[in-house]
Amino acid sequence: MDTVEQIRDRLLARFPAARVELVTNPGTAAEHSLLLDPAHAHDLALFLRDDPALQLDYCSNVTGIDWPDKDITDVTKTTIPDPAGGPPKVVEQKTVRHQPGFLEAVYHLYSIALKQGPVIIRLRTANRTDGVALPSLTPIWRSCDFQEREIFDLFGIIFERHPDLRRLLMWDEFKDHPMRKDYVEPDDYEWEPTAHAAVLEKAKAHAAVSVASLPGSGPAPAPAKSAEAKP
Amino acid sequence: MSDPAPTPSPAAPAPFPAAGNISDTDREDLRRHGILMTSMEELYNWGRSNSIWPLQFGLACCAIEMIAAATARFDIARFGAEIFRPSPRQADLMIVSGTVTKKMAPLVVRLWNQMPEPKYCIAMGACAISGGPFKQGYNVLKGIDRFIPVDIYIPGCPPRPEALLNGLVQLQKKIKAEKLTGPDAARHTRPEAPSEFPIPVYGAHDLEPTKNPAVWSPPSPPSA
Repeated sequence: MDTVEQIRDRLLARFPAARVELVTNPGTAAEHSLLLDPAHAHDLALFLRDDPALQLDYCSNVTGIDWPDKDITDVTKTTIPDPAGGPPKVVEQKTVRHQPGFLEAVYHLYSIALKQGPVIIRLRTANRTDGVALPSLTPIWRSCDFQEREIFDLFGIIFERHPDLRRLLMWDEFKDHPMRKDYVEPDDYEWEPTAHAAVLEKAKAHAAVSVASLPGSGPAPAPAKSAEAKP
Repeated sequence: MSDPAPTPSPAAPAPFPAAGNISDTDREDLRRHGILMTSMEELYNWGRSNSIWPLQFGLACCAIEMIAAATARFDIARFGAEIFRPSPRQADLMIVSGTVTKKMAPLVVRLWNQMPEPKYCIAMGACAISGGPFKQGYNVLKGIDRFIPVDIYIPGCPPRPEALLNGLVQLQKKIKAEKLTGPDAARHTRPEAPSEFPIPVYGAHDLEPTKNPAVWSPPSPPSA
């Protein structure tokens, strides 16, 4: 099977106007992926499916990723030799660059016919607020249907040309996208007897809204009205 | 019916529901002579408690254990509760067996409202009791008792079929002890006690309301 680089080169040779980038995976798995240009993604994906050498006829998995805005600090080290003959001085220069956030959909493609794969392709939205549309690949791989609906539900990516784009897990009236990093969950969390620090913080936040009644955070609590509610 | 009375004295009236002025030892004595003394209340509760028809629905993995309890190995038919009804109109018992997601909660409450009185509810497993391992999430109801009254809580994740049978036996004991008249009469005999409960609606961020304060209020943390 072709390497990811070879697939990228063939895609670029076939579609010169398209933009295809290699996203490397620095881990030991080294599963590199292809970042496709959303404007040409449909044609590129169709090529991947129908190319006789690839025949990626099966999409096994579609995943969403939320990449929030973040500041990346680049450190460049310059070595200045000491003119007096001592050890050279290392000067670190830090530059902070802002990377605007975006949403991403990742498709894992296999070929059942040729028993090969996976080839991983990625699509990225323009931003996280108003430019969240991506072309749907459900017309190409039918198995993307529910998984794209799930991504639409939980991340808020709008898949254009999807045949049935509705929420999959949450109800239709729901407005949020729970898998986004900045999702604020509803405050319906009461006290729970646990030593888990994160849970206690959550319960304290809830108690601060209702009454300051947690141990160490306020006066003595009101008498338990429902102590017998759960025998 | 054959519960041994705790050392009844002939003078004091026994606390057994059917006793009246006759003690349990006297009743046992009469029974040995072929005379059965009972009351309408006892007979009624005996019949109801040994013929509890559960509603046939399952929500998560606890439902698998509930199904196992209905099979030959555990055989819930020994306790007269083997007739799982597919219609809430014919069911006496709602076994909330598993995780109640917020999307499912209004439907469970609606099913409860459609069941005729007298009706009972068993919260089976950690999820139905409190949300269980999903309590810290956004999409699981933190206990079905926030919307409907629960009679028996069965802990476990999931509870074994024996635990469900034990819960059923506990419910039978509860039914057998119910009074039909008087100030402490059972809930279903009192017309003013609610039989239907408000169904929450799907909101933009959560269920609205998130709980029924008439049924449930949050536990207070212990004072420091």
